Amino acid sequence: MSKFKKNKKSKLAPISTASLPDIVFMLLFFFMVTTVMRETEMLVENILPQATEVKKLERKSLVSYIYIGSPKGNNRKSKYGKEAKIQLNDAYARVADIQAFIIAERETRAEEEVPLLTTSIKADVNVKMGIVSDIKQELRKAQAYKINYSTRKEIK
Amino acid sequence: MARSNRSVPEINAGSMADIAFLLLIFFLVTTTMDVDTGIARKLPVLDEEQEIEDMQGNDRNIYEVYVNAKDALLVEEEEMNVNDLRSGAKEFLNNNGKNPKLSDNPEKAIISLQNSRGTSYEMYIAVQNELTAAYNELRDEAALRKYSLNYTELPKDKKREIRKMYPMKISEAEPFKQ
Repeated sequence: MSKFKKNKKSKLAPISTASLPDIVFMLLFFFMVTTVMRETEMLVENILPQATEVKKLERKSLVSYIYIGSPKGNNRKSKYGKEAKIQLNDAYARVADIQAFIIAERETRAEEEVPLLTTSIKADVNVKMGIVSDIKQELRKAQAYKINYSTRKEIK
Repeated sequence: MARSNRSVPEINAGSMADIAFLLLIFFLVTTTMDVDTGIARKLPVLDEEQEIEDMQGNDRNIYEVYVNAKDALLVEEEEMNVNDLRSGAKEFLNNNGKNPKLSDNPEKAIISLQNSRGTSYEMYIAVQNELTAAYNELRDEAALRKYSLNYTELPKDKKREIRKMYPMKISEAEPFKQ
C-alpha cells in the first residue's frame, strides 16, 4: 500500500518526546527535595499577625507547632463554640496537654537535637493573650524555652 | 546502515510523561513551600522570676510597657501610640545617662513588658515587633559606626560584640487577670 511506502521514504522524523519524561522527573525531584509534606489539617482559624522584624525558622524538622484560634468552619463553631482553641497535631487539645506534647516531640528527635527544638506559636490575630500566656507558662514548665511567634512578613 | 532500514518496534514512552506529571501534581498538592517566619524569643527559666525585683532598686533602668485589655499602651505611666514605641524605646536604651529619667547605659537597660489576659495577640505582636525593631536599629547603627556594615552582614564574633553592647533584655511579667 502506498501508506507504508510513504512512511519508509520520509526523511523528516517526528520531534522526539522521549526526553519529556526526564524533564518532568527533574521537576518532580526538585519539588520533592524542596518541599515538606503538609503535616496537619487545620482545625482552627489561623490568620497570622504581621511583623517586620522577622527571622526565618531555620530547620523545619526541629520545629513543633502549636496552633491557636477559634474553630474553623461553621460546623465546628456550632459544635465547639467560638472560643479560641489549641490544636496540637491533628486534634484539639487543652492547655494541660502541652507538656505531654512537648515530651512526645522530644522523643521523636535524636538526643543531641533536643536543645535545638523550637516551638512555633501560630496564633490567630483575634486570639486573646490569656491563652497564649497559659501556653507560655506550660512551655516553661516543660523546659521548652525556645519559642517563635509565627508572623507574616509585612509588606510596606 | 542495515539498522535504519529495519523497523524495530520501539516501546512507547509517550505515557511516561503523563505518569511523571501525575506524580508531580501529587507532590505539588500535598507539600508546602512557604518559609516560616516569626519573632524569636527565649522564655525565662521558671525560678528566675525573682531577678527583676532585685534590680528594681534602680528605677531609671527599667522601661515599663503595659498593654491593657483594650489594646491601649501605657509606657512609663504615659499613654503612647504603638507607632511611637520604637523611637521611645530607642531613646530610653541609648540614653547613656544623659536624661536622669532614662537608662544609664544600654547594657543595664531593661524593658519590662506586661499585658493583660484580654490583650489581643495582634497588639502583643505589634508591641514585640516595635521593641525588637528598636534593638535591631540600635545594633545596626552601632555596626555601621564601628565597621560600616549592617549588623546582619557582620561575621559572627563581631555580631556578638555588637550584641553585647545592646543586649536584648525584655522581661515579661505575669499578665493581669482581666
